[in-house]
Amino acid sequence: MLDEQAIRTFLYGTTRYFEVAAQQPASVGSPYLMSHDATELYEYTGVISVSGRRDGIVYFTAPRGMLTVLLMRMNESDVSHENLCDIVGEVANTIAGNARRDFGNQFHISVPTVLTAGGEEPRRPIGSQPIVIPINWRSHSARLVVCLK
Amino acid sequence: MSSFAAEVPCLMPPLRLLIVDDSNVMRRRIERSQRLAQLQVVGTARDGREAIERFIETDPDVVTMDITMPNMNGIECVEELVRMKPGVLILIVSALADKATAVEAMEKGANGFLNKPFTDRQLNEALQELLGGA
Repeated sequence: MLDEQAIRTFLYGTTRYFEVAAQQPASVGSPYLMSHDATELYEYTGVISVSGRRDGIVYFTAPRGMLTVLLMRMNESDVSHENLCDIVGEVANTIAGNARRDFGNQFHISVPTVLTAGGEEPRRPIGSQPIVIPINWRSHSARLVVCLK
Repeated sequence: MSSFAAEVPCLMPPLRLLIVDDSNVMRRRIERSQRLAQLQVVGTARDGREAIERFIETDPDVVTMDITMPNMNGIECVEELVRMKPGVLILIVSALADKATAVEAMEKGANGFLNKPFTDRQLNEALQELLGGA
């Protein structure tokens, strides 16, 4: 189970990503516990596996529209499916990587795996309680899900 | 008017830049955003192994290097590139934000560290600082 400080780490990482990378802040809603049967994925999901000091996954799931605008805010004109997959993985990677500021270098993160609508669901570790951080940016909604033991 | 040295005419031949990142979006962003007249992008690579191949082909003077990549990570790649060309300037561009990783990268031979996410200005300032020693 994540403690309050750990949740704060991911809240900070999420807001900082949009502030810096997109130069437009996002608002994050109150984190809540996800029920185990509710996955609630958007069209694109970037999944990072975590090992070492903690075990589990961190994933960022977002709709095509948000990712398209995010790419455009970075002056990227290629908004192809490949680049949408790329950016959703990069957001997840950046937020998870930034968490090492607080968790230390024994918080090992994988390269991103990307899931798209209709595909597999992220494999959550047994015994973990996923925390959902709702993200609102411009007119779009997304979620960061932190699922660590 | 920009404060970057990009606006200043440069009489020296440009330094050759290799961009290494497993994200296509990040490779393109660094290529598009770097505005230093002293730098000319000569290649890109998406992991450490490909970086070594591109390094041999293009003989760069400067490298931007991600850390978390498939096949060979950035820290291992830095060690190999420095062994091949001790004078190469390497800027780590990574999401890994802990001090121990930055220290390890420097110990392996990197010359600078820029955390993701970054603004265009931060990228150019980091590259400018890196070239300050060139």
